[in-house]
Amino acid sequence: MSFINYSSREINCKIVYYGPGLCGKTTNLQYIYNKTNPEAKGKMISLATETERTLFFDFLPLSLGEIRGFKTRFHLYTVPGQVFYDASRKLILKGVDGVVYVGDSQMERMEANIESLENLSSNLQEQGYDLNKLPYVVQYNKRDLPNAIPLAELEEALNPTKVPSFEAVAPKGIGVFDTLKAVAKLVLTELRKGS
Amino acid sequence: MIQQLVMYEEELHQINQICENLHRDSNAKAVLVIDKNGQAMASAGDVHELDVTSLSSLTAGNVAATGGIASLLAEKEFAGQFLEGEKISYHVSIVGQRVILVVLFDGRSSLGLVRLRVRKATTELVGVLEVMVKKSQSGAGQQSVFSEITDDDIDNLFND
Repeated sequence: MSFINYSSREINCKIVYYGPGLCGKTTNLQYIYNKTNPEAKGKMISLATETERTLFFDFLPLSLGEIRGFKTRFHLYTVPGQVFYDASRKLILKGVDGVVYVGDSQMERMEANIESLENLSSNLQEQGYDLNKLPYVVQYNKRDLPNAIPLAELEEALNPTKVPSFEAVAPKGIGVFDTLKAVAKLVLTELRKGS
Repeated sequence: MIQQLVMYEEELHQINQICENLHRDSNAKAVLVIDKNGQAMASAGDVHELDVTSLSSLTAGNVAATGGIASLLAEKEFAGQFLEGEKISYHVSIVGQRVILVVLFDGRSSLGLVRLRVRKATTELVGVLEVMVKKSQSGAGQQSVFSEITDDDIDNLFND
């Protein structure tokens, strides 16, 4: 749920990165954090286990600039990808304005990809959202790995509605900002529609 | 359509005033009002030394997790939480099922006093929130800034 503050002239939106365990959601946020000017970002918070697996969420507040005198602030969250953290994933989806689904391009992760996508759809439904109506983009991460599945196959399995999709190598930043820009744009466009 | 919560000048002024009064009356270090999704809405007291954005997000996460535990235990909600530190204590309560009221206090105050003052502030906040929600839903008060936004405006955000 976006929050518009006419008093301080700010628009706040929440974007959630979703996907199976170890697909690179946290890596996306880390890259964005490392490459953003200090004045445009807040502290990145990672609630992770001792082995650096996301336990609850990562959080990165980001300012993208002004539209018509309103500061646009995006709060980026990741969910814990591991299957047994489903209760936490549901909580993080509350109030979401836009979703990035991060898929893992490796052949052996296809089952996990599909399971996570179905989980996203059903968890959104539980919160009263419809994935087909929400600002939503897909990222295929780990495109540089030798066991990566061809793009067309990924598209067919993970993007049946043909939303904007991006190939990525998150640690190198390939596709990371393109993905973020695309979802941010969709969120702002949706806000305009709702006005 | 995305649900929007809109804060207008008048309600912000009232919420700020409630925060100021609570801060003074409870001898608190700081008072924060946060929406349940983790956005800071208003504050009073020594907030300049706090990372309000991070505190808001973590508090909302904490409240959401507590809410999840409540529903597992077939409780409607746990309306409040209290964390006692060596120097600073942290009192959290949910107001009108929509926003979170945080009071940070030290040895100059006490849990009893904070609870008492929070109760009064909660009643006042509920009234303001009701007006705010109605205004957000009706779009009253001000023409939405978004209706005038063009594709170029959005594109320009990303020209780097």
